[in-house]
Amino acid sequence: MNSSNLLSIVTFIYGTAAFLYIVSWIFKKQMPGRIATWVAIIAVVGNTGGIALRWIESYRLGIGHAPLSNMYESLVFFAWTIGIIYLVVEQTYKNRTIGALATPLAFMAIAYASLSPNINNQIQPLIPALKSNWLIAHVITCFIGYAAFAIAFGVSIIYLFKQRKTGGKQSMFVRSPDSSVLDELTHQMVTLGFLFLTIGIITGAVWANSAWGSYWSWDPKETWSLITWFIYATLLHARMMRGWEGKRIAYLSIIGFMAVIFTYFGVNLLPGLHSYGSG
Amino acid sequence: MNKKTGSADFSGRLWKLFASVKLTVVLLLSLAVTSILGTIIPQNESADAYLNEYGEFLYKILSAFDIFDMYHSWWFQFLLLMLTINVVVCSINRFSASWKIIFVKNLFFDVSKFRNLADKEEFTDSRSPEDLKSIYVPIVSRSFRYRRIEETGNGFCIFAEKGRWTRIGVYAVHLSVILLLVGGLIGSIFGFAGFVNIPEGETVNDISLNNIGKTQRLNFKIRCDNFNVKFYDSGAPSEYRSKLTILEQGKSVLTRDIIVNDPLRYKGINIFQASYGELPPREIALNFKNRVTGMSHKKKVPLGEKFNLSGDTGQFVIEGYRNSYNFGGHNLGKTFMGILTPNNGSPVHVILPVRFPFFDGMRKGDLIISVEDYDHRYYTGLQVTRDPGVLVVYSGFLIMILGCFITFFMSHQRLCVEISKSEKKSRIMVAGTANKNKLGMQNRIKNIVKSMGK
Ligand code: HEM
Repeated sequence: MNSSNLLSIVTFIYGTAAFLYIVSWIFKKQMPGRIATWVAIIAVVGNTGGIALRWIESYRLGIGHAPLSNMYESLVFFAWTIGIIYLVVEQTYKNRTIGALATPLAFMAIAYASLSPNINNQIQPLIPALKSNWLIAHVITCFIGYAAFAIAFGVSIIYLFKQRKTGGKQSMFVRSPDSSVLDELTHQMVTLGFLFLTIGIITGAVWANSAWGSYWSWDPKETWSLITWFIYATLLHARMMRGWEGKRIAYLSIIGFMAVIFTYFGVNLLPGLHSYGSG
Repeated sequence: MNKKTGSADFSGRLWKLFASVKLTVVLLLSLAVTSILGTIIPQNESADAYLNEYGEFLYKILSAFDIFDMYHSWWFQFLLLMLTINVVVCSINRFSASWKIIFVKNLFFDVSKFRNLADKEEFTDSRSPEDLKSIYVPIVSRSFRYRRIEETGNGFCIFAEKGRWTRIGVYAVHLSVILLLVGGLIGSIFGFAGFVNIPEGETVNDISLNNIGKTQRLNFKIRCDNFNVKFYDSGAPSEYRSKLTILEQGKSVLTRDIIVNDPLRYKGINIFQASYGELPPREIALNFKNRVTGMSHKKKVPLGEKFNLSGDTGQFVIEGYRNSYNFGGHNLGKTFMGILTPNNGSPVHVILPVRFPFFDGMRKGDLIISVEDYDHRYYTGLQVTRDPGVLVVYSGFLIMILGCFITFFMSHQRLCVEISKSEKKSRIMVAGTANKNKLGMQNRIKNIVKSMGK
């Protein structure tokens, strides 16, 4: 079995976990939730194996490099970081509601990688510009950041639903954590994401400076990562202003994640020349 | 109101405005929203390209607001300047209060404050306060370095504290923002960025600056001894490598290879491998095949020099070379152009694509000419920059990461364990505060209570 096959299987395991989390959440049943946790653990383990296998395969091909060099590989890694961070959050907060939003995100990332015809899952040799340890640090930190923001996004959505006290619907969230805990969790995930996005932008800048002599050149991908960073910096400061708790923070966290998604996918639609991530 | 207090009032209000987080939120959001513009509208293209795209009217409006170089426009720089002032004023404003907390001389713990905390833990123990003290102090010491024990009327209090210095973290982050902006400014005033193409074997010391069409003379020379490009089997490039020599007053002082991601730095000037190209070759090995007899012979000829064909049937000259040649919608790649002058006829243009040796057969002439080989000569394309601000920016990077880590994941925590005698038992209260991550503090207190045997 090669890594692409293994990761296709992992895609379906993520899908199963997502399905079980959602079932457990909607029907307020414990059992599917407990199974979901185990399925999610299997998915993350398989995901780890897939990444490791791909790494080994690239060495067998004689072009060995960390599997973080194109869209396919970064999406697989994205799913993996969402999975890991989510499982840690689940263990810490002893609650599975967030899984109903986090695991579908991991599933969508890896499914898009495995199934989209636009994405090449071949192991390609590195072009000269991508041969840099800074690039590896850049990709890893960016995606840890993105994953934390993804979970903050999920939490914010649950939070907003919970705030809409519309009788029947409310009951769907009976087992989700307390609003104040959700608010706190959003903040923790945003700070984690902000730290890693900051490191991600910085390692990217250092890489750019070592590759072509300028740490910042306002290309659209760089600029969009900065826009994302501005939005989350706004969120961190808005929390200090009276009246900016809860709901508005949740909206900012959702807007921030939209910016993350645009930085990741949308930028390729814009004119520009970021060599990385375009295929 | 006289003028003096009026202006004091005004500057006071200005100070308050710049100290406010509300302004920060407005500025950060404005920067986020306006930055989008420059990603939708390509930056720094030629005026013609913009006129084509937007028409004259829109072009005039957009260029009036410097939208085509918006990140360097006055209004974008103005937003950055406002943010800088905002950070500085805000930090000064709050720093004196933080300073008092961080560098306090006589640390004062107020038990009643801890008693009033909502989520304190209380329990009783059958042992005496003195016994408990010897058990509890080591437990508290495990997670708090600073401790103090105070006698109270009917027992005592253990106060503990840690991470007071972490309150500096936020100031470090804000300082780093200033360092980045200042470093960027230093770079744009005292630095330059340009490029130069050096053919193999040649030496230069003038750099063409990006965007402005000026040149910058270096006070040393760069020679390109050699350029090499390697490819993978798939045809994708794997490595660009230039061997460069630095010359000072005609003498070579340093020779080194550079590749992408591994530049040469010399006297504050950074030299990066950026691109390359092929130069017209000087000598070409040609193959002449007689269509009738099928006989062929080879000949090495210099570019641009006319020579007699063997058997004196005419003359031939290779007069040009192109890196790519378009023929009927197809790119033939590297191609030589020649002129064949038969003894008894008019000159014909001959096209010799390197990749397609049979191409000339289509001409239906007596001779089929093809290119066997030629000397590959490259020029290396170098990006040359000087940026004295980089050190400031990089220290900003470092401080920002450290500052964020401290701010987000560490906190100033205080703990109070009060033990008081009540009848034959001891009453115990454990309470604590933290300036951040209150949830984490609650867990810490629960853990401490657990290890107290409760
Ligand atoms: C790009 C610029 C800025 C960045 C990256 C930044 C970053 C940060 C960060 C990471 C925090 C910690 C937030 C938390 O604990 O959750 C913070 C706190 C803070 N920032 Fe900023 N900041 C910026 C600009 C400003 C400006 C212009 C002001 C001026 C009012 C400001 C005022 C504050 C205040 C008052 C705090 C809270 C300090 C405390 O907890 O005692 N920030 N900032």
